[in-house]
Amino acid sequence: MNKAAIQTRSVIVEREFPCPPEKLWRALTQPHLIEEWLMKNDFKPVIGHRFNLRGEWGGVLDCEVLAIEPNKELSYTWNLKHDDAAFNLQSAVTFTLTPTSDGTHLRMEQSGFRPDQRQAFGGAQAGWQQFFAKLDQLLARED
Amino acid sequence: MSTGHDTLFRTLADPTRRAIFERLCREGEQTVAALTAQAGVSQPAVSKHLGLLKQAGLVRDRHEGRQTHYSAQLNALAPLIDWTSDMTRFWEGRFDQLENLLKRMDQ
Repeated sequence: MNKAAIQTRSVIVEREFPCPPEKLWRALTQPHLIEEWLMKNDFKPVIGHRFNLRGEWGGVLDCEVLAIEPNKELSYTWNLKHDDAAFNLQSAVTFTLTPTSDGTHLRMEQSGFRPDQRQAFGGAQAGWQQFFAKLDQLLARED
Repeated sequence: MSTGHDTLFRTLADPTRRAIFERLCREGEQTVAALTAQAGVSQPAVSKHLGLLKQAGLVRDRHEGRQTHYSAQLNALAPLIDWTSDMTRFWEGRFDQLENLLKRMDQ
């Protein structure tokens, strides 16, 4: 393992949406809208509020609002408990909104992955199917 | 590290062997008899596959009475899995859904 692999890792996904920050903010903070693009939830835009995100794969994420600055920044924990400690995930997700000339730039950073992380978001079954599909592709390339 | 990869690839390249391993991943610990019932090959063949999976560190065996139970060792796959790229794909997919939602919110 090289040195970089020892540190925790982040995932960063960015995209520009053709709408004002206020509208994007609603999609990020209103439970019925969050459910439409992310997961079922009992989110409230209050620092310290604990809530769950429930994935269609049956996984339940434990979350707590860490930071909230309307139309600008939203941060919450994204933790997953597993019977096997090696599968535990402790991470934090931060959304940053920046207005642009044509809309809003959204940056999502999820930090806290350990290099030995076995599974990123608990999609046990889905994860395995993806993994084996990928393995098939890798094997095809190896031939 | 690449030697480890080679062993894993070689071991999992056989479709019967991979099917046995996938089954242990999905369904948890199994006896040789239970695995044989579904593998479509003879018990000695299943045992041989399990031996190779064990050599590659992909399964572990546990003896209980006359039965041997096998379970998948997921950590053996760690070198092959980059969960951060899986997570990136997850968020890209969610952003697609967010984009769709924002379009619908216009109406």
